[in-house]
Amino acid sequence: MMLAAQQFPRLLAGLVPGATMSFASHQLIHGAMDLSQHGRVTKEHPLLLEIERSGLRGYGGAGFPSATKIAAVAAQQGRPVVVINAMEGESLSGKDMLLIRHLPHLVLDGAIAIAMALGADRILVAFDGAASGARRAVERAISERPELGTPGFPEIVAAPLGGAYLTGQETALVAALNGKAAKPTLTPPYPFERGVRGRPTLISNTETFAQIALIVRHGATWFRGLGSERAPGTRLVTVGGAVARPRVVEVAGGTTVRRLLDSSGGVTESLQGLLLGGYAGTWLPPEAIDVALDPLELSEYGASLGPGIVFALGESACPVGEVAAATAWLHRESAGQCGVCVNGLGAISAALLELCDAGYHSGSYGEIERWCGLVSGRGACALPDGAAAFVSSAMVTFRGEFEAHARHGHCDACLDQRVLPLDGDEFLAPRPARRLVAA
Amino acid sequence: MSLAVISSSSTTYWYLTRSTGAVALILLTLVVVLGVIDVSRLSSDFWPRFITDSLHRRVSLLAVVFLCVHIVTAVLDTYAPIGLWDAVIPFHSSYRSLWLGFGAIAFDMLLAVIVTSILRARIGQRAWRAVHWLAYGCWPIAVLHGLGTGTDVKQVWMLVIDAMCVISVVGVVMLRMSSPSTLSRAVRLGGISLPIAFAVGLIVWLAGGPLAAGWAARAGTPASLIAHQATQAATR
Amino acid sequence: MSRQLRLDPVACTGHGLCAELFPERISLDDWGYPLIEAGELSAELREHARRAVASCPAAALRLQREGRPPAGATKRHR
Repeated sequence: MMLAAQQFPRLLAGLVPGATMSFASHQLIHGAMDLSQHGRVTKEHPLLLEIERSGLRGYGGAGFPSATKIAAVAAQQGRPVVVINAMEGESLSGKDMLLIRHLPHLVLDGAIAIAMALGADRILVAFDGAASGARRAVERAISERPELGTPGFPEIVAAPLGGAYLTGQETALVAALNGKAAKPTLTPPYPFERGVRGRPTLISNTETFAQIALIVRHGATWFRGLGSERAPGTRLVTVGGAVARPRVVEVAGGTTVRRLLDSSGGVTESLQGLLLGGYAGTWLPPEAIDVALDPLELSEYGASLGPGIVFALGESACPVGEVAAATAWLHRESAGQCGVCVNGLGAISAALLELCDAGYHSGSYGEIERWCGLVSGRGACALPDGAAAFVSSAMVTFRGEFEAHARHGHCDACLDQRVLPLDGDEFLAPRPARRLVAA
Repeated sequence: MSLAVISSSSTTYWYLTRSTGAVALILLTLVVVLGVIDVSRLSSDFWPRFITDSLHRRVSLLAVVFLCVHIVTAVLDTYAPIGLWDAVIPFHSSYRSLWLGFGAIAFDMLLAVIVTSILRARIGQRAWRAVHWLAYGCWPIAVLHGLGTGTDVKQVWMLVIDAMCVISVVGVVMLRMSSPSTLSRAVRLGGISLPIAFAVGLIVWLAGGPLAAGWAARAGTPASLIAHQATQAATR
Repeated sequence: MSRQLRLDPVACTGHGLCAELFPERISLDDWGYPLIEAGELSAELREHARRAVASCPAAALRLQREGRPPAGATKRHR
């Protein structure tokens, strides 16, 4: 055992900024992975039991219990395919790209372990082909694997894709991997039944596979040695906004938002609010800084960490402008399949942009809440639901600002939106200011 | 061949086939007009969408009924050599082969549209839509069939009926093209130019064709029948 | 044997015939798209529901037997 239970960090152990960890270094830090117990998964397969005992949930945003997902794929006929979802279409999140670029072997370990257990013969690494350095890192990591070409081990293939926001959604991802448009679908069959090339497909987030790589080596008890009862283990969180050092940090489950912000160098100015979970997430008032990142506590605020995102909005930013720009972006990212989403998000973002322009005079301000209620749960994917939660929580948390804009129109800060990253901006990339409405 | 005496039953069939043909054309025109109104999503408090949609489906079935009578009476009538297969196999008959053939083509298309509509749940939306576009080809072909084959083409009432049918369809299609909807440029271009071209072409063709002298022979009526008609005309 | 009205949001293009034919359970939102109330369908209501399903020009409505989608099939997967 190379890492003691209390040793920290786990995932980010040995990370050298800017460098990609080679396979050799990876072996040195984490030790070799024992795959002697591979074979078709049954309910009693040791790896599946360990994952179940660990309480591992997906880190892509949905938080679905990983053991249940794997078992569902295992129960299907046909040889499965494993997909590493590193699409990370949300600019507020940087952890998947960090793992892919700097710690790819941890991710590949987890995918290989699951693929062996499922009897899968293929692992696809799905990522944004335009992300700089990603393709190089993935291909190099694949070439470094000693299992490469060994009979009985799955083939690992890099699958660079177009980086639209929705491409990370599971059914849209399957469509893209099958060469079709990356649009979600509600109609069966579902990916776990028939996905890539019609085969049962297990899609999990990059970080989920990385955690599995550690569980394979150290077991469920070790995994639960850090973190809390309801949020076991550690997780990666992308901290952004008004902090001294915006970055991806690894924290133990159940830690507070305050500790998270402190580990990013502390806040740089007084805060107006906190965004948890990203563009499908929830805005909370600054008092939430002492909330523990525990699913139960967070759910009392109607919030969740989503794919591990915490964004601090400072005093100098205008929440109305930021929310308006982000909602307009979400509307542009819609697949355009469902009239409710296209029209609803269009109406909501137009009303929000009006607030940053003329205020009440064109006022559909009063309709925004109702429209948010109308778009939830009526599309083929959760994009409108997320947008509705994002907007309505903002209108509650920043009620004063919204009302002021409704009465008086734009403030000094909102016309030049610059704080929230959009349009495929990568987290941490420098951002130009965006003019929201015509001068 | 002596055609001096035409049995009364034969005359009845001939009248029936002509009248049901005219009614079928009117009904088919109504179906197309309702279809275009439906897809243009026009409705009001007094005329909800489901009435347009429901009438569209039911009138198309009524049109098929009239067409069946039209076809059967044409076959039963012994004056012109038309067999049952000529109803579905185009250009098979020796009587006005081309123009009758158009009738068969139009009938085939209509059957395809209706059968696929009944089986829509089985074949899926996309396949159904593809076949349904045939309707835009079916109607003008039916009009040509009527004018090319029809005995009554020179009658004023027949021309008025045809004129109203053409005006209705061209008019409603123009209306649809003018709506600010999501039609592609290609469709809009076709939707404006094709109906106008059809209407203009029809008038030109009528003038030089069915309305001019000697059309029966040019259209493919067997020589014996033409001789008989000449005898009939002479003896009046 | 209870049935549920299910809408395919991708196929639906907001024609609105369903709301005309089954106003007891279907209304239209601000943009012309159907809002379907959940709930048991009595035999009489089921008849209207069937008419609504048959009338949809986009074949977006379906009358399905009550049942949950299988595990792993939630919309929220990203």
